[in-house]
Amino acid sequence: MINVLFFAQVRELLGESSLTLDAGEGTATADALRQTLASRNDKWARVLASDKLLVAVNQTLCHWHTPIKDGDEVAFFPPVTGG
Amino acid sequence: MSQDRILVQTADFSVPEEYQRIAADNQDGAVVTFVGKVRDFNEGNQVSDLTLEHYPGMTEKVLEQIADQARERWPLNHLTIIHRVGTMHLGEQIVFIGVSSAHRKAAFAACEFLIDFLKTKAPFWKLETSDKGQGWVEARDADDQAAKAWEQ
Repeated sequence: MINVLFFAQVRELLGESSLTLDAGEGTATADALRQTLASRNDKWARVLASDKLLVAVNQTLCHWHTPIKDGDEVAFFPPVTGG
Repeated sequence: MSQDRILVQTADFSVPEEYQRIAADNQDGAVVTFVGKVRDFNEGNQVSDLTLEHYPGMTEKVLEQIADQARERWPLNHLTIIHRVGTMHLGEQIVFIGVSSAHRKAAFAACEFLIDFLKTKAPFWKLETSDKGQGWVEARDADDQAAKAWEQ
């Protein structure tokens, strides 16, 4: 299983804070996972198409080509604004 | 085991107490602290409060990495980062950074490095309530440039 988390605007716009997916072809990389989720409907496609969207795998910021394996935690979120 | 004090919490913090902790050693000639507060304006709007969201687990990890990077660059003794989450009203404290070192230049530089990196690398997001309603604060290019400047 892949555990997927959403934060801030992304969480708010999707109306979901987390979900789980079976590991497989559609979750092979961070980008594949993004495309799998984007194919759900127009709203998901629009939110996940943002060029500012960031991705973290197992709590470390990473690139879109980062491989994902069973048991990983993947988070999608906008640029950070703390401090 | 790192001796850094890194906290993510809803509760407010006491600057005098945190200062005492950082300033405890006589080998340090310099203590630099920074406090970030909720201010009354942003992008021309009158702000009344802020809600800080974060990514539990990743936040602590990133703050520890930033602290380690500061220690690699400057000879620091005490190092504290406290970041609040949840809703904060106008004038309230959001973030505390404090460092001690033998000399002021290292302490000033490390404090500025820590806040520049925290603002651009740590997974915190600000949701602002103003006279125009509620909205997420946009990331600023100036903050990114400030963090990148340390990499040159």
